[in-house]
Amino acid sequence: MKRPSRQSRLGLLDGVASDASVLRLLAIGLVAGVFSALFGVGGGIIIVPLLVALVGFDGRRATGTSLAAIGITAGAGAVAYGLHGDLKLGSAALIGLPAAVGAIAGVALQQRLQTRTLTIGFSLILAAVGIRLLV
Amino acid sequence: MEILAAVLGFLGGVLAGLFGVGGGILFVPTLVLVLGLGQVHAEATSLLAILPAVVAGAWRQQRYGNVDWRAALLLGLGSIAGVAGGVELAKALPEDVLRRLFAVFMLAVAASLAWRAMRMKPAYPRADDSA
Repeated sequence: MKRPSRQSRLGLLDGVASDASVLRLLAIGLVAGVFSALFGVGGGIIIVPLLVALVGFDGRRATGTSLAAIGITAGAGAVAYGLHGDLKLGSAALIGLPAAVGAIAGVALQQRLQTRTLTIGFSLILAAVGIRLLV
Repeated sequence: MEILAAVLGFLGGVLAGLFGVGGGILFVPTLVLVLGLGQVHAEATSLLAILPAVVAGAWRQQRYGNVDWRAALLLGLGSIAGVAGGVELAKALPEDVLRRLFAVFMLAVAASLAWRAMRMKPAYPRADDSA
């Protein structure tokens, strides 16, 4: 808050294009990319809250934009692992094609549902599987 | 096992659409525990499996006007350098260490989602939620 530039940068949060928001988006992408490739995930768990906190997006816009960005991130990760010969194409199709149908259903549900209970249930499932993998 | 993996893939997609997360974080354990892949192969394959789900999800979200394509492009460009580093790191770590790191990451995501849920408004206001 001491530096004058801080105020102007804060003022840019609700604005359109700016150098500050470009740098923030690139930096968020960089961090998300490391997590994505290290853990084989999209990185949405990193991108969504950072878009809300640092770029001033609302939740739904952050979710939608995150999905589009993950297309690039996961694509780059798949290519990089593919060059190492680590991809299992049959398994990817077995999981990825039903997931595409599921994603369409999930987006439709997001517009209609109170997701609080679902979110708590999901977090419990993740915790259980995480503990299973840890031991 | 194949049918179970496909069902879990579908559920992972639903969660991806609902929360903007949940694709890969479910695909990796499915590939390890149900299909028996090693951790690195599971993570690589998960990234490929994510693609159809995010393309479908982003396409649907765009219909609701929820996608900022310019921001998505910048995020994606920034991520490429991170991805290159992340792949090298994953390949350098012993697989059981990587699996345990992934498990810790899952627990952190679970905690983060639980935190998000607690801050959501319940379906019906209750007297004890007034604070």
